[in-house]
Amino acid sequence: MASTLFDKIWQAHVVDVMPDGTAVLYIDRHLVHEVTSPQAFEGLRLAGRVVRRVDATIAVADHNVPTENRAAGIAEPESALQVATLERNVVEFGVPYIPVTDARQGIVHIIGPEQGISLPGMTIVCGDSHTSTHGALGALAFGIGTSEVEHVLATQTLLQKPAKNMLVRVDGVLPAGCSAKDIILAVIGRIGTAGGTGHVIEYAGEAIRALDMAGRMTVCNMSIEAGARAGLIAPDDVTFDYVRGRPFAPKGEAFERAVAHWRGLVSDEGARYDKVVVLDAGALVPQVTWGTSPETVVPITGHVPDPAAEADAGKRAQLERMLAYMDLRPGQALAGTKIDAVFIGSCTNGRIEDLRAAAEMVRGRHVADHVRAMIVPGSGLVKLQAEIEGLAEVFRAAGFEWREAGCSMCLGMNPDKLKAGERCASTSNRNFEGRQGPGGRTHLVSPAMAAAAAIAGALVDAREMA
Amino acid sequence: MDKFDRLQAIAAPLKMANVDTDKIIPARFLKTIKRNGLGVHAFAGLRYREDGSEDPDFILNKPPYRDAKILIAGENFGCGSSREHAPWALLDFGIRCVIAPSFADIFFNNCFKNGILPIVLPQAQCDALMDDADSGANARIIVDLAAQTVSRPDGEVFSFEIDAFRKRCLLEGLDDIGLTLEKRAAIDTYEARVAAEPWYPNITL
Repeated sequence: MASTLFDKIWQAHVVDVMPDGTAVLYIDRHLVHEVTSPQAFEGLRLAGRVVRRVDATIAVADHNVPTENRAAGIAEPESALQVATLERNVVEFGVPYIPVTDARQGIVHIIGPEQGISLPGMTIVCGDSHTSTHGALGALAFGIGTSEVEHVLATQTLLQKPAKNMLVRVDGVLPAGCSAKDIILAVIGRIGTAGGTGHVIEYAGEAIRALDMAGRMTVCNMSIEAGARAGLIAPDDVTFDYVRGRPFAPKGEAFERAVAHWRGLVSDEGARYDKVVVLDAGALVPQVTWGTSPETVVPITGHVPDPAAEADAGKRAQLERMLAYMDLRPGQALAGTKIDAVFIGSCTNGRIEDLRAAAEMVRGRHVADHVRAMIVPGSGLVKLQAEIEGLAEVFRAAGFEWREAGCSMCLGMNPDKLKAGERCASTSNRNFEGRQGPGGRTHLVSPAMAAAAAIAGALVDAREMA
Repeated sequence: MDKFDRLQAIAAPLKMANVDTDKIIPARFLKTIKRNGLGVHAFAGLRYREDGSEDPDFILNKPPYRDAKILIAGENFGCGSSREHAPWALLDFGIRCVIAPSFADIFFNNCFKNGILPIVLPQAQCDALMDDADSGANARIIVDLAAQTVSRPDGEVFSFEIDAFRKRCLLEGLDDIGLTLEKRAAIDTYEARVAAEPWYPNITL
């Protein structure tokens, strides 16, 4: 029978199946960070259990770390304790750890692919929903809770039922001024924030094939914002070229044998999907969210919807709540909406390619006087590369803050936060109420759109600024 | 993990769809290294005003619902982040069962690991339970896991589906890590089989 890419990776990792269909699924890579692991290590300790495979596990601190003045340590006591707890646990259990002061430190979903830790065909988990990012390599990668983190640490497996298959095919050629972020925002707008629930989304089509690895990671990263368990893209030469030579990737003859195997990681002709969605990339316009759910997205040429047009009372009340929270009027044009802050970074858009796109927009211009704009590279190595390429200088000259790697203003767990009422054009992944700080207002956009907004001081069509 | 068998309790009507885990527990409260004590921060953004005082209009601040053990919610409950702090916060508040037309996958999984029963029922049945919940302390809802039923105060009974394995773990309060470790031989065999493949080098720093 014809199999999908998901079916193939799943089948290759089934250790055992229970009578009700629950599988014991083998996990090849376990990425650990400071926020969702303390209780898992504590659970191991209390039960007298050990980490089954430290050589398949890697830890890094990213959510809590400050993105400036790193030598000063972490001022906030609870954040400091959480990172110190991770550092104590990795020593006690012998888990490989990239320290905060190491150049390779960064957001866990940036450094997995960057280091060649995440490879095609693998099962990869992390106590973080954006683990879906690694699916861009053709790996089955998904977020888990802390109890499951403990389960993987102890057994190197998870108890799972197979997901359903969903195909998102993006045809056509992406127009100038649009990027992978606009593709995935449009997909979420189309299928909704629960559109992928219970499914693994495989992204295919001409526009996906044309993306570089950074773009593919952006697309897979936000699969969870469509409710999907994971996002997947079949590996091809773009993938293999990306993986070749990375520190933890196989080398020499082993690499060639691996590639020969990885070439089989494609959905078979005639494979069956439970859902199929087709999008035309050629018709895309840069996207921007207006509300407090990632599905509330429109083209930058669009307008805020009018709750009065919603027949269902419950949905109308939710729209009204969103508009009140976001301080937007029904029917208001998105373009021209004044902003206070710009955040370029995160596991969605913190790679070197994202910074290049932003720098392209910024070069020779200056951030609007009333805007606080920050660039936060996804890893120390991305930061280094951007400095070598002169991008850091472009950003600094334009009035951006140039910071150290971390999750930063994607979520309010470290000093980088919005103040109540501040409006931000952000390249991150969630616009939930309070996500970037209590009372903060988030508009999700691409790096080029965020950079353009910083210059204009308002949401603006990046194509007009190119 | 506490067992879950039968629950008769006040249900709180949370009339919102797409309740994300940032709403259930904002990120700034994830800095704990413990599982307990998060109940005070559950729904912090909705429950407290800017000055830190309780918002009397929020459902869980109203007298009968402070003692609610069941939550009736809208579709796609628990979307967003994988944080298990969300079910920990609900549990610490006293919630043992959430009933909704649909749930986000990771949150749904996380509930079972903590003795919370998430129940999926059709929208019409959720609407009926939402109406019941509006009656506050005058409407106790009965959840029976063994029978896989939810009973309304008027005696009407709704049936729900649950995986056999998850049901057993909840009913008996089982540690699923212990159960998986009983399959150690199968895991060993699997590892021996794939060990020869060249594409998964070990991680050593």
